[in-house]
Amino acid sequence: MRYLPHTSEDVASMLKVVGKESLDDLFSSIPEDCRVSDRLSLPEPLTEWELNEKLSTLSNAMAVSPDSKVFLGAGSYEHFIPESVSYLLGRSEFVTSYTPYQPELSQGTLQAIYEFQTLTARLLGMEVATASHYDGATALAEALLMAIRVSRKKKVAVSSLIHPYYRRVAQTYLHPAGYEIVELPHLENGRTDLASIAGMNDLAAVAVQSPNFFGCVEDLQAVGNAAHETGGLFICAFTEPLAYGLLKNPGSQEADIVCGEGQSLGIPQSFGGPALGLFSGRMKFVRNMPGRLVGQTTDLEGRRGFVLTLATREQHIRRERATSNICTNNSLCALSAAMYMSSLGGTGLQELARLNYDKSEYLKSALRKAGCTLPFDVPTFNEFVAVFPGGFDTTYQRLLERGIVAGLPLATFYPELKNHYLLCVTETKSKADLDALVREVTS
Amino acid sequence: MKEISELQFAEDVRYADDHEWARDEGDKVRIGVDDYAQDQLGDIVFVELPQVGDSFSKGDEFGTVESVKAVAELFIPMGGEVLAVNEKLEEAPELVNKDPYQGGWMIEIKPADPAEMEALMTRDAYIDMLKGL
Amino acid sequence: MKETLGTTGLILNEPLLWEKGKKGRSGFSLPRRDVESAPIDESLVGEGPDFPDLSEVDVVRHYTRLSTWNFGVDTGMYPLGSCTMKYNPKTNERQARLPGLAGSHPLLPQSLSQGVLRLMFELQEYLAEITGMDAVTLQPAAGAHGELTGMLVMHAYHQSKGHQPSKIIVPDTAHGTNPSSAALCGYRPVPVKSNEQGILSTESIAEIMDEDTAGIMVTNPNTLGLFEENIRAIAEIVHGKGGLVYCDGANMNAVMGVVQMGKIGIDVMHLNLHKTFSTPHGGGGPGSGPVAVKDHLEPFLPVPRVVEEKGAYRLSYAFPKSIGKVQAFHGNVGVMIKAYSYILSLGPEDLKKTSQLAVLNANYIKKKLKDTLYLAYDRPCMHECVFSDKNQKAHKVMTLDMAKRLMDYGYHPPTVYFPLVVDGAIMIEPTETECKEDLDLFIEAFKAIAKEAEENGELLTQAPTKPKLRRLDETTAARKPCLVG
Repeated sequence: MRYLPHTSEDVASMLKVVGKESLDDLFSSIPEDCRVSDRLSLPEPLTEWELNEKLSTLSNAMAVSPDSKVFLGAGSYEHFIPESVSYLLGRSEFVTSYTPYQPELSQGTLQAIYEFQTLTARLLGMEVATASHYDGATALAEALLMAIRVSRKKKVAVSSLIHPYYRRVAQTYLHPAGYEIVELPHLENGRTDLASIAGMNDLAAVAVQSPNFFGCVEDLQAVGNAAHETGGLFICAFTEPLAYGLLKNPGSQEADIVCGEGQSLGIPQSFGGPALGLFSGRMKFVRNMPGRLVGQTTDLEGRRGFVLTLATREQHIRRERATSNICTNNSLCALSAAMYMSSLGGTGLQELARLNYDKSEYLKSALRKAGCTLPFDVPTFNEFVAVFPGGFDTTYQRLLERGIVAGLPLATFYPELKNHYLLCVTETKSKADLDALVREVTS
Repeated sequence: MKEISELQFAEDVRYADDHEWARDEGDKVRIGVDDYAQDQLGDIVFVELPQVGDSFSKGDEFGTVESVKAVAELFIPMGGEVLAVNEKLEEAPELVNKDPYQGGWMIEIKPADPAEMEALMTRDAYIDMLKGL
Repeated sequence: MKETLGTTGLILNEPLLWEKGKKGRSGFSLPRRDVESAPIDESLVGEGPDFPDLSEVDVVRHYTRLSTWNFGVDTGMYPLGSCTMKYNPKTNERQARLPGLAGSHPLLPQSLSQGVLRLMFELQEYLAEITGMDAVTLQPAAGAHGELTGMLVMHAYHQSKGHQPSKIIVPDTAHGTNPSSAALCGYRPVPVKSNEQGILSTESIAEIMDEDTAGIMVTNPNTLGLFEENIRAIAEIVHGKGGLVYCDGANMNAVMGVVQMGKIGIDVMHLNLHKTFSTPHGGGGPGSGPVAVKDHLEPFLPVPRVVEEKGAYRLSYAFPKSIGKVQAFHGNVGVMIKAYSYILSLGPEDLKKTSQLAVLNANYIKKKLKDTLYLAYDRPCMHECVFSDKNQKAHKVMTLDMAKRLMDYGYHPPTVYFPLVVDGAIMIEPTETECKEDLDLFIEAFKAIAKEAEENGELLTQAPTKPKLRRLDETTAARKPCLVG
């Protein structure tokens, strides 16, 4: 087997050195009643060529561009990824290296992640960003836990327009320690209803997502004011960071922690994972932040270099009192995002974000002209909700059979929103695709 | 790390067995960590101290001291209320390494029970204890 | 002087991204604009981030140069104990990049995603078979995430039994993620010491196990590279008081096809696909930390679960006792594809061979270096062995210095200063993908370094000298953190 270089001579001579008769003898300290009694019941090994065929068959049983037109967002977005990024990500010195605990041999990863932290902080308008988390949902859970630690309060208010799966993850994380999550309802216009938090003074944080699950841009200034009135931290989450190439970033709106999903930044969707959790905050709370941090320093000869720093917050030193249990994070995805952001540049990001906005506005207006209702009246980015007439599910199923996914039915997540569909448009959809969709859904 | 004979032990303080010192300053007591502690920890990068007004009983954790690769809890050698904390340590935690008994002091307390000072070790008794470690 | 593996060579310096570039440059082919610009509420519009503008050439040179400053498994031997830095097969990368897999949306309707769903279902089955456990979730993103998931499952189980213990037993050899994951669940870790043989004894567990203890977190083989021989008896004691046994499966590479985790009393365990199952470490992830459980814990696994009905696969949320979700979607599918490909490429015989050869390699190194380095526990080891700097201390040379000097010789250092129970620990895990000649060269290098320690310690205390940078000032980095440019 090509990954197992030992020949039978190698094995024989090494067994002699070790003083064992056979490979089985190496395990003599393991009691019999712990052993596998039979052969493992797994498929017989495939050659590389058989493996290629098998995986290609699986790949072909999936609906993806260009043969399919998938108008889904909801936390995972189809964006073009430059070949240069994919190519650079194949450099095995990045791929096959470990966490940079030995900085002298890992300056490539360390400088790249320092750059990633900087670009992320600038994108979100914050003072400091971490080296990555698993995804937007766990980043939000960590943000809530951090606010609870910092404020020593046990309650958080979370908008019902934060992605339903993010809220579920937050519940899972906060439940065992008995922390309370209060859910904020939404207004008719598609934004969060902040009325219920007025007068509360026991909140560790108030969290919203912007653009929210309906694609609507929240009034972040109002949220920030309301949050700070309660004495809690203002946490702004997001699932589509490209929005900040166009919209005011949450840092400029007084957010204390900004966290969310970075998959849009050059990471393939890959059925939802691996993703990229982005986490940023203020320097004054940095010692309470979860996640790895890379810092700049100098070596013995005064040359600039980078190291993992503030490690005393982390599990390998602080153990049960760590700010998080995170160890392996999503470093290669962070690297991918940095490569993407540097390829796009500041100018390119603004243009791409504007193009995304314009394409989804085009679809919105075309659907309106064709008689559809778009119930939420506030500005959106990439995603929006449309109401299709009753009985649309037959059309929806029919379109599926042709590889067209006409949005995400919202009734599973918001039972009162029957016949509401969340549609997503990015730069990957042409005008012809959008016109075709309008024809299909209104026929 | 140094040998015990290479370390300095101030004469005007008493010592706790986890390497804090306490100095009687009349109506208040000043507390810090000793030369052995700073030598063991290495370069100190951060000191977490309590707020003025916090109260502790003898043996309570009152803060932490961090080096690059380790965190050590600080246990108060005598109970009392915190009157002052050494704010210079925020910008210059290295004072604990360079000047552990003076510039690197950590907190000042109003002792709840001044007799607790007697229970702490004298310099000689403490050095004997270190030699036995 | 004989030439060592580590040599000098010209690599190039490279500034930070924002120290380069020129406004107006671009490294991205902007898609065609085929729609009009739509009106927008100007009060919402921001200035866009302060990113540099770089050409494609700028970006490619930047990252190519940075990559030359890194050392990976493809560069040379990377014997990091507990990390299983085995070779990362390239065919696995090809499979993960297939457009139908890489380009798929997680919320695709079932009929349009049978390929990935089938892959996930089959991987669940393979991992259940390899561990000998009953049910598997693929959702956790990394080992520590799997530990948290396991803790949450334990917590839910105890809750369902009507009482919630407050403590959990954590051995002194445990990885830091163990107590920190337990603490996230509200469990107070109670430490227990390993015995003079480096393993847990039944007496020490019996002494502290009670009804207020949720269970124990073991690592098996443990972080000293030793098999916990008393595991079955320990499990009985824990179960006897209503507790559960969690196993940190990070060291699974030692026992595939040899030990059946399911029959040694383990109730719940996690695996690290980025260790045992060859998916690349990526400089710090992404990983994948599936969790395997026995039947009695299955109801609590996270949702959704991949289920199969009449040959069709779907994601099901119909598990009312589930702990909920630990990631937004279904787990790190891109990583799972690589592990799946690895398992299919090896098959049952070679997976077992993998573990046997990993253990052979570690024992070979142990035998050859025990006269040079102090061996912490002189007992048969599994896939890793632990030495210390006891022999070199007399020359004022420490573990750190030996690690740094190994770099000059062309090796990534082993894991150092872990586990905490060995002062100055040096944990060497060669993995099965290192051939005998390379092990011999490594052994020779370490012996040469030990000789240097005796004769010319400065070569070690001043090391490394050959990489891009010398030792870095971590103290200032922590005192005055500079985390963004």
